[in-house]
Amino acid sequence: MTHFLELKSVSYSYQTMEAETLALKEISLQIEEGEFIAIVGPSGCGKSTLLNLICGLIQPDEGEILLKGKPMEEMAMNIGYMLQKDHLFEWRTIYSNVTLGLELQHKLDSNSRKRVDKMLKTYGLSEFAAARPSQLSGGMRQRAALIRTLAMEPELLLLDEPFSALDYQTRLSVCDDIYEILKKENKTAILVTHDLSEAISVGDRVVILGRRPAQIKNIITLSFDQDLTPIQRRNAKPFASYFNTIWKELQENECS
Amino acid sequence: MNAHELYVLEEKKRRWQIHLAQFGLFFLFIGVWEGAVRAGWINDFIFSSPSRIATTIYRMTLDGSLFLHIKITVIETLVSFGIVTLIGIASAVLLWTCTSVAKILEPYLVMLNSLPKSALAPVLIVWLGNDVKTIIVAAVSVAVFGSILTLYTSFKEMDTDLVKLIYILGGNKYSVMKYVLLPGSIPMIISNMKVNIGLCLVGVIIGEFLAAKEGLGYLIIYGSQVFQLDLVIMSIIILCVMAIGLYQIINQIEKHYSR
Repeated sequence: MTHFLELKSVSYSYQTMEAETLALKEISLQIEEGEFIAIVGPSGCGKSTLLNLICGLIQPDEGEILLKGKPMEEMAMNIGYMLQKDHLFEWRTIYSNVTLGLELQHKLDSNSRKRVDKMLKTYGLSEFAAARPSQLSGGMRQRAALIRTLAMEPELLLLDEPFSALDYQTRLSVCDDIYEILKKENKTAILVTHDLSEAISVGDRVVILGRRPAQIKNIITLSFDQDLTPIQRRNAKPFASYFNTIWKELQENECS
Repeated sequence: MNAHELYVLEEKKRRWQIHLAQFGLFFLFIGVWEGAVRAGWINDFIFSSPSRIATTIYRMTLDGSLFLHIKITVIETLVSFGIVTLIGIASAVLLWTCTSVAKILEPYLVMLNSLPKSALAPVLIVWLGNDVKTIIVAAVSVAVFGSILTLYTSFKEMDTDLVKLIYILGGNKYSVMKYVLLPGSIPMIISNMKVNIGLCLVGVIIGEFLAAKEGLGYLIIYGSQVFQLDLVIMSIIILCVMAIGLYQIINQIEKHYSR
């Protein structure tokens, strides 16, 4: 059976003059279309490295990554990637920031413009199209960064702690927004985070990574009611027990 | 009157006081200078005096020679400044594009930057002749190496996440330059231009000392040789004004961009 995304015992190490650091060791993972995967692990364990590999910025030393059963080079899939900070360019307006990717790929035409306009409207940013990034709040900026990513119509979305730069309140509501958006568009997404509650509130499955070199410790499938939002999930019954399970897994890790 | 209006009024008053003090200082200096000459404390043949300088300016304005000298110096400074800006940005971008070339050239650039450029001037006269070419090359050589180093260093320190973002969005190294490097470096480039305009003026004067028949640098050398200190000090004062003026032009450009 072919999976939407499959990692087959992927290893990666960083080279410096001093030493070779093994960042990821034999990571194997299968992800199906429309799934929302959350990856948690201690900081500096190689979570971001994993995303860099999946989006093709770096190549694995060993193992392979298959998209819909084919190696990445043969499968031209649009992969969206959201970083921790929004990195909106201050010298561009919000509109030209969200269309940056389209401009770079020469896909800025009337169709894509319409799509961007619609997204700006849906996510409450259309009146800020001509504004500079510094005039927007943190949550709005992150939504703009999301539109910039979604404008490319990615089939797979990688989220590298996209909420960590926001204050707690904004974080909860932006997390809710983004979750809704992704579910509505039925996107496959991988979220990397060190915040367990966040992982449990959005994920279909939570992948727990161990200390560097990162290995998969466990994968926990979460079963919540289908239409709960992340905030509602936090109040749902199974939340606390999932939290404890994952917390324990990570603790064991610390000691070993 | 509410609190804000009061605050604005106070702030305006404070700014006026600063301007007043600035002008006051200027007139005090002029007054003391003139007074000291009139009282016979200092010799106006050596130290000149505001009134003698004013007379010189008046006389040279009438025969048109003052304007000519100022024009020559300004043009030479602006031309060399333009060349420095172009070469500076272009070389820094090239070095940023080819990191290994940058690593190879770095010690040489540091050496050329630290070299006292006035040491080059006699060589330049021999190579390029006793004319305006020498002056321009001298001025460019004073500013250009520092400019390349400063810009290249700031290019190198660009946030790697921004580069990553461009690659994620499907760009290449050229798009990084076009969308991030250059637009993001405009404040840096402008502040470098502020330094360069001053250095170019220094270079032009060095050049004019050695290889000129016109210009303020020439006036200074000529004046000192025929012992007309009025001419020398007048030229220095005009240079002060010119330096402020040129700096203000860049300041206006900066304001325009940061809006």
